[in-house]
Amino acid sequence: MNNPDSDLLLQATGLTKTFGDFTAVDGIDFAVERGESFGFLGPNGAGKSSTMKMVGCVSPVTGGVLRVFGKDPATHGPQIRARLGVVPQKDTLDEELTVQENLWIYGRYFGLSRNEVRSRATELLAFAQLTDRARSKVEPLSGGMRRRLTIARCLISRPEILLLDEPTTGLDPQARHVLWDRLFRLKRSGVTLVLTTHYMDEAEQLCDRLVVMDHGKIVAQGSPRSLITQYSTREVLELRFDTDDHGHHGDAIAGIGERIEVLPDRLLVYAEDGDAAAAAVHLRGVEPLSYLVRRSTLEDVFLHLTGRTLVD
Amino acid sequence: MDASVSTPTPPRTLTATPGSAPWRPVFGSWVTAYKRTWRGSIFGRFLSPLLFLLSMGLGLGNLVNKSAGGVAGVPYLHFVVPGILAAQAMWVAMGESTYPVMGAIRWNMKYHAMLATPVGIDDILIGHLTYVAMQVTGATAIFMGVAALFGSFSSWWVLLALPITVLTGMAFAVPIFAFSAKQESDGGFNILFRFIMTPLFLLSGTFFPIGQLPAFLRPIAWVTPLWHGVDANRSLALGSPHIAGVLGHAAYLVLVIVVGALLARHTFTRRLLR
Repeated sequence: MNNPDSDLLLQATGLTKTFGDFTAVDGIDFAVERGESFGFLGPNGAGKSSTMKMVGCVSPVTGGVLRVFGKDPATHGPQIRARLGVVPQKDTLDEELTVQENLWIYGRYFGLSRNEVRSRATELLAFAQLTDRARSKVEPLSGGMRRRLTIARCLISRPEILLLDEPTTGLDPQARHVLWDRLFRLKRSGVTLVLTTHYMDEAEQLCDRLVVMDHGKIVAQGSPRSLITQYSTREVLELRFDTDDHGHHGDAIAGIGERIEVLPDRLLVYAEDGDAAAAAVHLRGVEPLSYLVRRSTLEDVFLHLTGRTLVD
Repeated sequence: MDASVSTPTPPRTLTATPGSAPWRPVFGSWVTAYKRTWRGSIFGRFLSPLLFLLSMGLGLGNLVNKSAGGVAGVPYLHFVVPGILAAQAMWVAMGESTYPVMGAIRWNMKYHAMLATPVGIDDILIGHLTYVAMQVTGATAIFMGVAALFGSFSSWWVLLALPITVLTGMAFAVPIFAFSAKQESDGGFNILFRFIMTPLFLLSGTFFPIGQLPAFLRPIAWVTPLWHGVDANRSLALGSPHIAGVLGHAAYLVLVIVVGALLARHTFTRRLLR
């Protein structure tokens, strides 16, 4: 932990953040190694962003120990930030300036020379697929383009860790896939990714390992696959009925599968074999409006752990 | 997807080291932003002294000279211009340290972007305040140039009014930085404009000697920076400066700036790092 070149890039023990009486992060432990892609999955208000801000050295730690590159954010903020690339939840681009000016100015904050900044900016604009918009102002850019510019901007210092706070929230599906592709390339090139998300598909796509957070605490951790194996079944049967209250259909199918969850708009039957469960429902004479058999996802893990869905 | 696009140079090596003076790129970023709007801004910088000189110096000045023989034995133009010079610096400083500061915190998140890099709170303050000082210096130089063309000054001592005026402006800018960082909306700025700046503008000896004020109002002039700038400028511009007095005024302005800087560092830290 005292060796700054160790491959343990992030280490938190009993990490806590309070704002007055409110505890945003409640004594969490985690560690991230070089080259990993690590995620914080949880609903809004789970404490993910507060954790990211502490790691980014812009929010003082209230309690516990946090080390980034083996250093203490309280005493080595600027040195740590020099090695981080931060993609905040809300874009902080300068809308009055052009795309390339945003990169140039940002690179200068890291103490890079003008020439260095310009040559890296050209390379990064190509990576972010923004070369033909280099001289355009930021203001008219789409949400997806702004996000890619924000990522290009934070890469100008060649960071060792990329901190991504809800990188694709608010983007359309097409823009999300483009962004995931870019992040995946970075991961393959050896950048350590640390991200927060409330999308389980994003966590499954990008994270080697993740922690599930709820109310400031870590409620589970592991790889996406191991979490699903541990907390869910292989398949899920979704049933929709022509009713406002799905609760009373729960009794009719009790005992089918391993577990049943009642949601406002559907019933979930957790089973190793979804088709067999569907056949069992049919045998009981229950007639839902629709059947859907799918694989288990992290959403199911979260639902099982907290009784709530991720995105409400 | 364009598969030919290469992934940027991978990291691993420590390439970026914090610059020795990270406030410089902060200053540079404000200058870059200013390059987009400088034309309109420069026009205003020339227009403002012209209007003041025409209305106060020549319009009101002729009336004062005819009926009272000037003020304190000098033509009103010579009396009023050094005062307006200081007041003008106050207005410029206020414009640069209210909305731009709140905007950088709440609207465009400019400070937040800087804080994701090795730049720290002190760098943000020094870089931005240096930019404000540049604006005040430019506006003051233009004002003095225009005023000189109108024959407003009677001594070369007036050149020393430039640094005094910049100090006056900064004695407003720095404490207002501290104030602006605490604001949630622009409501506070309206109070600042109406109940602090405008009365100061009118009552700090800009247009008439503070000896004309009721005795209980004079201490207000003494504690606020504007009167110190006005008084020092006037004694310089009239060509018979009381050097110890001018230095005393300058020392007071520096004191306000230092106290303001400590307050600004406190409110910026509270607001941006929490």
